[in-house]
Amino acid sequence: MRIICTDMDGKDHELQATEEWSIMEIIREGGIPILAQCGGSCACATCHVYVDPAWKAKLPEPNEEEIGMLDGAFDVNENSRLSCQMLFTEKLDGLKIKLAPGSI
Amino acid sequence: MNSAQTAVITTDAAIIGAGPVGLFSVFELGLNDIKCHLIDILDKPGGQCAELYPEKPIYDIPAVPVCTGAELTERLLEQIAPFKPTFHFGQMAESLSKTPEGLWRLTTDGGTVIESKIVIIAAGGGSFVPKRPPIKGIEAYEGTSVFYSVRKMEQFRGKNIVIAGGGDSALDWTINLQPIAKRVTLVHRRDDFRAAPDSVSKMRALVAEGKMDLKIANLSGLNGADGKLDSVHLVEDGKDAAAHACDAMLAFYGLTMKLGPVANFGINLHENLIPVNTADFETNVPGIFAIGDINNYPGKMKLILSGFHEAALMAKKAFAVIHPDRRYRFQYTTSSSDLQGKLGVTEAAE
Repeated sequence: MRIICTDMDGKDHELQATEEWSIMEIIREGGIPILAQCGGSCACATCHVYVDPAWKAKLPEPNEEEIGMLDGAFDVNENSRLSCQMLFTEKLDGLKIKLAPGSI
Repeated sequence: MNSAQTAVITTDAAIIGAGPVGLFSVFELGLNDIKCHLIDILDKPGGQCAELYPEKPIYDIPAVPVCTGAELTERLLEQIAPFKPTFHFGQMAESLSKTPEGLWRLTTDGGTVIESKIVIIAAGGGSFVPKRPPIKGIEAYEGTSVFYSVRKMEQFRGKNIVIAGGGDSALDWTINLQPIAKRVTLVHRRDDFRAAPDSVSKMRALVAEGKMDLKIANLSGLNGADGKLDSVHLVEDGKDAAAHACDAMLAFYGLTMKLGPVANFGINLHENLIPVNTADFETNVPGIFAIGDINNYPGKMKLILSGFHEAALMAKKAFAVIHPDRRYRFQYTTSSSDLQGKLGVTEAAE
């Protein structure tokens, strides 16, 4: 299983994905620099990514805490998510995300 | 205990960073008769525990099944109280040099000068600094018309200001500056605020009375020549709105960590971390130690408990440096009346 991560230069990276891992951990393990300063506890907004609109419906909705924490991110839009708050599951095989400003 | 003296302070150990690991090192050093001064850029102790997750539970502190970041900080402060450390908050360690007498001379951006026998870098992910909006050319405006904090309210008198953000800092400054500014415009990405409900009501009342503006938008650009802002560009509903005229912008998006001046201390760095040996957590420079998240060695795990262990081993080497005439004596707090005396606890008379 894999995800496709587009870096800040627009380059796509195919990353091996593991079930139950957060998307942030998959990005980090794949060797793509991502700040994620708080380590994945939804406390810093430095793992902000944009989810490809085609994939949005397959993800559980963000909770209140994540939506609130996105206030500390930049250029937030309707596809914005914190990658530490999305867990990878089988049905996300092929998920496309893009790193957002402030995440590297 | 906070101080901002200009006179040179002389002590045994200067600790950069008052997070959990910096705090616990006061305990380990104290047991070894080593006096400490701590410096932190935040205005409070606790580091990430205080700034990022004061309310979040931590489950992996040995023998503490659960506590929050704020509680961990509280408990560490209680534990180190017998050693009476001195804190220098709201200051960033700026430069480090050696004096002719062989002491380390540490200077902060707040003007504090500390001369010590050893320096312990327990700076975690680096200094907490305001998040800078990723807008091209923003650096040119910083300090002249783009600000991340308010030093003097008066400088905004009669000005058209934009305040960006949706938390307590953004709301507080909106309310405080509204009476003296010509016009305040609060810019936030959504019509919902994570701030004290009272501040939010006050802000909404000002908007309703026509005394300030609220724009639900993202910042996308800055305009103006020679570092002087004349307008900001906003994106509303995904569409570029017209430029919004203003004289100054205050951005409050929270804090982020940057390594900062530690990078210029002359210590070896590897990918923004400080390599140390695992016997005593000394850096490549004798007398300078690095413990906690900021160091690196084979097998390193960035856990608070790892930092506690590192503090204990560092303190043993620190004893040898600071008390070269004394022989190191390994003791347990359970049984040593010497250590119990230092902790100010009386032995149970049995």
